[in-house]
Amino acid sequence: MLSDLNPDLVLALPELFLVVAAMGLLMVGVFQKEAATGGILITAVLAIAVALLLVPTGLEERATAFGGLYVSDSFSAFMKLLVLLGTALTLIMAHAYNEREGFARFEYPVLVLFATVGMLMMLSANDLLSLYMGLELQSLSLYVVAAIRRDSLRSTEAGLKYIVLGALASGMLLYGASMIYGFTGTTNFDSLAAHLIDAGETGPSTGVVVGIVFLMAGLAFKISAVPFHMWTPDVYEGAPTPVTAFFSVAPKIAAIGLLLRVLLGPFGELVLQWQQIIIAVSIASMVLGALAALNQTNIKRLMAYSSIGHVGYALVGLAAGTETGVRGVLIYMAIYLFMNVGTFCCILAMRQKGRMTEEISDLAGLAKTNPALALAFAIFMFSMAGIPPLAGFFGKLYVFLAAVEAELYTLAIIGVLASVVGAYYYLRIVRVMYFEEAMEGFDRSIGREVVVILGGTAAVVLLFFAYPAPLLNGAAVAAAVLFAG
Amino acid sequence: MQDLPLLSLVIFLPLVGVAFILLIRGEGEVQNRNVRNVALWTSLATFALSILLWTNFDTTTSAFQFEEEIPWIPGFDINYHLGVDGISVFFVLLSTLLTPICVLASWEAIQKHVKEYMIAFLVLETFMVGMFCALDFVLFYLFFEGVLIPMFLIIGVWGGPARIYAAFKLFLYTLAGSVLMLLAILTIYFYADTFDIPTLLNVRIPVETQYWLWLAFLASFAVKVPMWPVHTWLPDAHVEAPTAGSVILAGVLLKMGAYGFLRFSIPMLPEASVYFTPLIYALSIIAIIYTSLVALAQEDMKKLIAYSSVAHMGFVTIGIFAGNTQSVEGAIIVMLSHGFVSAALFLCVGVVYDRMHSRDIATYGGLVHRMPLYAFVFMVFMMASVGLPGTSGFIGEFLVLVGAFQANTWVAFLAATGVILGAAYMLWLYRRVVFGELTKKSLKDILDLSPREILIFAPLILLVFWMGLYPAPFLDVLHESVGNLVERYELARIAAENVAMVNSGK
Repeated sequence: MLSDLNPDLVLALPELFLVVAAMGLLMVGVFQKEAATGGILITAVLAIAVALLLVPTGLEERATAFGGLYVSDSFSAFMKLLVLLGTALTLIMAHAYNEREGFARFEYPVLVLFATVGMLMMLSANDLLSLYMGLELQSLSLYVVAAIRRDSLRSTEAGLKYIVLGALASGMLLYGASMIYGFTGTTNFDSLAAHLIDAGETGPSTGVVVGIVFLMAGLAFKISAVPFHMWTPDVYEGAPTPVTAFFSVAPKIAAIGLLLRVLLGPFGELVLQWQQIIIAVSIASMVLGALAALNQTNIKRLMAYSSIGHVGYALVGLAAGTETGVRGVLIYMAIYLFMNVGTFCCILAMRQKGRMTEEISDLAGLAKTNPALALAFAIFMFSMAGIPPLAGFFGKLYVFLAAVEAELYTLAIIGVLASVVGAYYYLRIVRVMYFEEAMEGFDRSIGREVVVILGGTAAVVLLFFAYPAPLLNGAAVAAAVLFAG
Repeated sequence: MQDLPLLSLVIFLPLVGVAFILLIRGEGEVQNRNVRNVALWTSLATFALSILLWTNFDTTTSAFQFEEEIPWIPGFDINYHLGVDGISVFFVLLSTLLTPICVLASWEAIQKHVKEYMIAFLVLETFMVGMFCALDFVLFYLFFEGVLIPMFLIIGVWGGPARIYAAFKLFLYTLAGSVLMLLAILTIYFYADTFDIPTLLNVRIPVETQYWLWLAFLASFAVKVPMWPVHTWLPDAHVEAPTAGSVILAGVLLKMGAYGFLRFSIPMLPEASVYFTPLIYALSIIAIIYTSLVALAQEDMKKLIAYSSVAHMGFVTIGIFAGNTQSVEGAIIVMLSHGFVSAALFLCVGVVYDRMHSRDIATYGGLVHRMPLYAFVFMVFMMASVGLPGTSGFIGEFLVLVGAFQANTWVAFLAATGVILGAAYMLWLYRRVVFGELTKKSLKDILDLSPREILIFAPLILLVFWMGLYPAPFLDVLHESVGNLVERYELARIAAENVAMVNSGK
């Protein structure tokens, strides 16, 4: 039956399915009001699960649709799987949270679905216009999600900051896109690449380079890379915890994917032009992520700086501008997904007397009051610090491998030293849990879903070393496609 | 026998013990007793298995033995590749010997979180043994760094009052060095296109690059050894660690750095090693003399022994870089001897610490009157540490000095002063703790060694005399591998001298 459909529609099936599901759930929500929230959330998770199955895997070659606006290849498939997985896991986490905190808003899962469609579009964008469309669909949904607790001062503030700075970033991105269009006469990635190869002898015109810089500035905001990171700590702290978990995973992976595709696809010829910027951004993110986190007392702010640092490490792979580098980035983001979801599960379990706490000092003595939780938390922290044999080490190994291969020694040395500084604050959490005297323990009822996710992600992080082949092979295939042309 | 994956068994048997310990349920003391027993029997079984490595060891070849190779990470040619040669086999044995001793030494001293403590030690054993067996660079690094996690927890959870500072210092110092080594490993990968250590031993790396790589390796190994001036984490870590933690730290972890020099710096970067030898000499001599003087001034027994470790490791690094058969074999013997002698000295401190809860030398005095057995045991290890002929310490230090004398007389002379200083601080320590009148009231009722403690010390005393009186079985195993190493190092030195002559001829 599928073959009877327009082939363009078949290619975009995951997106189409999610859009229809989101609209349907929106209707249900509007008419059923708050009563249906739980059901809508579960249905949304199921819809994402179906979309996961619809993502075409094992693609032999890339296929374009809608007149070259949309592309589907093994790179987009790999990234989409990560995004959908991250979204599904964080939505399930929200389920337990909603029931406990009386945070029942049917809009949340619907908005997340719309944002997810936007992210999938971003990953399949093959044109500056479809890129912008996907990005805005995602961003607009996320602005609302960030402020979804509208009676909370912090959440509203976070939402407002996010939308003001986000609009600025979108503006810069659009400006960059228009510059590029103005100087090359096309917005399609394939034509852009061809155009820049033709101009190879004389080099790109200054206008294109300026356009790329603005484009990168806009995207750097979305991945919260320094110097466009200012919104991150506030939004992470202000948003409800499951929302923060979602923010730290899916949109970031999608934006990194987009950045990879844009820089290595149409602008692959201009490596030397953008490499400098990526190196500078990467170093700044790693260093600031490590230093600024040192004095944080709020675990969510700490995670914000930690995620800034992680983006810096992922960009090390991109800075190399090679296939090994892209493979490293993909592996890094996949591992980051599991570490971050797991860590936020732990944060979600930080409840005393029925109220959420976010202070690191509240973790004191967790090793005695709740050894299993403390162990899982410690595994994630050691992994984030990049200590072998945990998964986080392998993420860093592959990006630094690429940096050394590309002979970016300065970047690599600064990067590994920043990771030592970073290790200090991750260890600080282990210290509070293991070395300090027990305080009042946390509430035992974490929620069955959260326990399952927590256990699963901890097992992945702990045992990744035993059987890394599937992820590495998937990443290798996905990375190869960006360098096929 | 050769078909069994013996090394994998030795590496992962402790983890089987961990699995059992995790399954143990029960209340308080019953559970603790079961946990201790499982940990003890697991580590003893591991030791018994590792003995097979020695009995089946082929002393006629310098090649790696008991090799195992399984593809591990596709795409980068990273394999699960294990093997031991004459250099590494004894370190495996040292690790497996000291672990049951640590378990026994913690039998009564550790009362809280016994389960977690024993798990940490068994995991630590897996990492230590794995590190000495790894023949793939990534696998090596994994074990090398992995050691930090259990060690951090052992010091931080079960340590003394300033344990948090000490644990962080240990972790961050070591990590900072190690990450630079990781970059060096990755760089080597792009020259040789492999992480396989036996292959890399035959790869020639351009001399200019060697210098940088060598310094990166130095950053990591110098912290681990530890060499002056990056040794300052060691006294802190030793003082705060529980007795068994100090034992493993002094016994095995310090050897990881020196092992790194032997396994990587010298064979893979020979020209750079020759070039930087004066630097190593200088740092080692400063370490020997300066830390010996510092040791003289210590009030804390554990700190004194910690500083003496730094001095002993100075002999090791001199021996390694003097680069002749005697000196390298001597360095390895010093490492082994120091491995169990310093471990035993920490245990000796632990014995009185468990009774008096003080490590201050001033707390003690005249112990010989109440604890004659203890005085004897302490004396044996003190003499071994000083290097009295007939003990294991003598063989190693003697060989190192003989070797160093051939390479550079001044180095040998200055290093020899360290032997004298070593005798001074150790004998003085012994005099203040054991001899004299028993005047202190608190010591009137102190008890001599318990049967458990005798059981801990007996094998170590045996080893001290065995190695001191009849070192041939040890040297036989070393001989081929060290010979091979020295031969190639010699070639590099000749080449370097030729280059120097050509340059000066210009």
